[in-house]
Parts: sequence; structure tokens; C-alpha cells
Amino acid sequence: MDAILQSIAGFFGPLWPLVWSLVKIVVLLVPLMICVAYMTYAERKIIGFMQERIGPNRVGPLGLLQPIADALKLLFKEVIVPGKSNKGLYILGPILAIAPSLAAWAVIPFDDGVVIANVNAGLLYLLAITSIEVYGVIIAGWASNSKYAFLGAMRASAQMVSYEVSLGFALICVLLISSSLNLTDIVISQDKGWGAAHGLGFLSWNWLPLLPMFLVYLISGIAETNRAPFDVVEGEAEIVAGHMVEYSGMTFALFFLAEYANMILVSIMTALLFLGGWLSPVGFLPDGFHWLALKTAFFLFVFLWARATFPRFRYDHIMRLGWKVFIPLTLIWLFVVTVWMMSPWSIWK
Amino acid sequence: MEFQTVVFYFLSTILVLAALGVVLARHPIHAVLYLVLAFFNAGGIWLLLSAEFLAISLVMVYVGAVMVLFLFVVMMLDIDFARLREGFWSYLPVGAVLGVLLAFEMILVLGGPYFGLDAMPAPEAVAASHSNTRELGKVLYTEYAYPFELAAFVLLVAMVAAVSLTLRKRRASKYIDPNTQLAAHREGRVELVKMAAEKEEPDPTAASGADKVVGQ
Repeated sequence: MDAILQSIAGFFGPLWPLVWSLVKIVVLLVPLMICVAYMTYAERKIIGFMQERIGPNRVGPLGLLQPIADALKLLFKEVIVPGKSNKGLYILGPILAIAPSLAAWAVIPFDDGVVIANVNAGLLYLLAITSIEVYGVIIAGWASNSKYAFLGAMRASAQMVSYEVSLGFALICVLLISSSLNLTDIVISQDKGWGAAHGLGFLSWNWLPLLPMFLVYLISGIAETNRAPFDVVEGEAEIVAGHMVEYSGMTFALFFLAEYANMILVSIMTALLFLGGWLSPVGFLPDGFHWLALKTAFFLFVFLWARATFPRFRYDHIMRLGWKVFIPLTLIWLFVVTVWMMSPWSIWK
Repeated sequence: MEFQTVVFYFLSTILVLAALGVVLARHPIHAVLYLVLAFFNAGGIWLLLSAEFLAISLVMVYVGAVMVLFLFVVMMLDIDFARLREGFWSYLPVGAVLGVLLAFEMILVLGGPYFGLDAMPAPEAVAASHSNTRELGKVLYTEYAYPFELAAFVLLVAMVAAVSLTLRKRRASKYIDPNTQLAAHREGRVELVKMAAEKEEPDPTAASGADKVVGQ
């Protein structure tokens, strides 16, 4: 295998790092896109069952080909560019929405050592990349030259900027107790402690000592991805579809793909940071990628569950929750964790 | 040519073009977006210098937070293009002096050998496992702890000042405290009263009254 790789590397010469990275990116993105497609199917089916409906069941057995049919339909639709819009930025908007949500996956580890870029500042990179997601929304809303789109973009960006703060503080607590910014190290640091020594690994994971942060991270994650019940961005009764109201065909699909890729990203991040990633919950079962997949799937289910359960928040309540509840809570817990770490009762020595 | 050199020239070409775009763009929104692109590429070049913490915080702080708010403000402005160009000639001398100063500094750096700048020791090569973030943190929280605290304090003062300058109470606001709304219970709002059923009796005067209305 190595010999074959060597000969291919020789063929590409100085461009080899580029080619090899591209290969790894494709190997990651193709399954991710399939997951995104079937996430839409799962969403319609699960919410259907919760509301005592059947959900999609026409295309293929059990409706399993529905996402493929949807994708084909969107591909063949005309991309309409409004006459008075800013053409270049109008096209750039959806691209800027999806690019960061895919780029963020570069530092996500799937197992010990299975990661595209095992960088030391992985968590910082994720914070930086997810913080530029908001540009796609703002640019799309402004370039559409429509009042609904602009209002939607304003709401979306205000909400994303607000919840990023509490998200960041929750992450600071995690990196404090694992004393590393590297995601692989963060997962491995959860394999130490009383629980892991007694074969009950799940007691050593970060969710228990950081329980408030775990909840804040999950709820902020739902708000950050603009999902229900925080979806005032596209509150159809008020501003139609928000920033994407003017988009059609594939340009609309890019926003849609970005939203679902972000949902999967937030779920896998929660699993890595708070639920021990690929670590097995009990000692007698082996660690492995399947645990990470299982935990991620659970959080994705929570996303759908929340959507089918809660009515939409009012906008001022969303802002109040972000600024007046979550940020004080994260600040207090940050203080508690730092004091706890320096005290003789520290469990992270 | 090494791969890193290719990346460097790629990033710096875009950086220079984006910086030109900031100055030359006609629409302020485009200028702001070019500035975002310039920041992003500068971050990339810092990454090449293995200063990953600085690079990522540049993207996080400037691109992710400062420029978003900047974009917000610029989008909300009612821009008058004629007035924007009005002051060009009066600003030109100041701008020209600054430009000359910048050009002089760049010549100093780029023409290093002629000005004896190469006498400065080159930075030491670092191992692949070297963590720039850890090193920065160590220095920042030990050697420079007090300046760091001072900087944080100045920022806090600026933040409080900014909030108190813009804070104004609106008198006509119909705002209701969300706490009282969330504390609302069914018992406080709805009262069910039990009462006997009322039977409607046919009223002879009502019928004649209706006739009267029709008659008029």
C-alpha cells in the first residue's frame, strides 16, 4: 500500500500534498453528503411518526429514494436571480453558507488518529470557522434586495452572534479541564478518572462535571443552527423564509445542505466534547467509531424531537435566554470549574 | 518550488488584490467584504509562519465578530455616494503623507540587506509538535500577567462606556418583562365559574320591538 502511494506521490511531485488532501476530503465529504440527504428523510419520517402520519412513502421502498428524487428536482430547477439584486453577491451567499460548514469537518476526529488534520488548535479552528458561517446569511439577505430577506438576515445574524458567546464559554470549560485544544486529546482525556478505572467509563466523561455546560452547549447549538424552536429566522408567518426567500433550485439547496451539515456537526461535537466521542460507556465493550456514530445519531434525534415538541420562541425570549440566562450561567460555571481545578478536590489531576 | 511557497504566493496575491479592492470598491459593502477577504488571507499567511494561535484568533475576532458588526452598520446606513466623494481633495494631503510613510516602512523591511536588518537573528526553527498556543499562554499568564490584566480592564471600561453611552430608556415602549410572562399560570388567567343553566324565555315585548324597527 505504502509503495503504491509512494509511486503516485512521485508522479504528482510538489503537488502531492494538495492531491492527497483532496482525496481525503472527498472520502470524508461523500459519506457526509449522503448523511445529510438521509437526515432530511429521517426528519420527515420521524416527525411524521411523532405526529401520527406516515411521512414520505412513494419513491422507492419505504420512500427511501425520496432524498435522491428531491436532489434531482432541485438540480433541474432554474436558478432565478432577482432583477434588482446584487448578482455576484447573490450567488456568493449560498456558497459562503455551505463552505464553512464543510470546512469545519477537517479537524473532527472519528477514531483515535482517524482525522484529516490533527492540529493542536483544533477547537480554536472550529470556533473560528463556525463564526464565519454568519456571512453567508448576511450576504444572501442583503444581496437579495428584498425586505423580507434583509429582516431575516438581521434576525439570523443577531441570533448566531449572541449564541456564539455562550457556545464559546462552554467550550472554554471543556478545554480547561482537558488542558488541550486538540480534539483527539480532549476525547482521550475523558478516559481517565474513577469511572474509567472501575469499568464505568460514562461516569468519567465531561457531561457529568460540566452538566450545565453540556445543556447550554446543546441548546446553543440548536439556536446556532437556527433550528426549531429557535427558527424565527424563517418564521413563515412573519417573514416567509427569511434570508433564503428569493432563492430557488440549487442555490436554495445549498442553504438547506449547510443547515443539515451544521446539525450533524453540532451533534458530533457534543458527542466528542461531552460524551467521550468513540469511547465505550462500559469497560467490557471495545471502543470504536460505532459509539461516536450512535451518540451523534442520538443528538440528531434530539434536534428532530425538539422540533416536533416545542412551539417557536418569541424573538425577545430568544435574546433573553442567550444574553441574560446562558451567559451569566456559563460565566459562573467557568468560575466554579477553575476553583474546583485548583482545589484539593480536583478530579482532573 | 516548494508547496509552501506556492501556498504563500497564492495567499499573498489574493491578499494584495483584496486590499486594493477595499480602497477601490465603489460600494461600501463591497469594501467591507474585501476587507474580510484580506483578513482571512492574512490569517492564512500567519498559519504558514506556524503562528496558529494568532492566525485563528484573527479570523475569530476580526472576521467572525468585528467585521460582522461592521457589516451590520454599513448595511443599515443610508449611503449618499455623492457626499462620500465630496471630501476627497481635502483629505488628500493627510492620506498622501500616510501613504509615503507606509511606503518608506515597507522599503525598510523589503530592502533589509541595505539597511542592516539581516543582522537581526532569524527565528529558531521549531519542532512539528511545537504548540504556539501553549507557548503564548505560558508567557502571557506568567511574565506578562499584569499588563494582560490591565488590557482586560481597559477593554471592560470601554465596553461599559459604550453601553452606557448608547443606553436610553424608551418611554412609549410596551415592553413587558419576560419574567412576569413566564411566571403566568392558568390559575391567574382563567376562572371557571359553576352556575345553573339559564333557559331562554320567549319575550313578547322583543317581537313587538322588532316590528317597530321595521315600521320606522
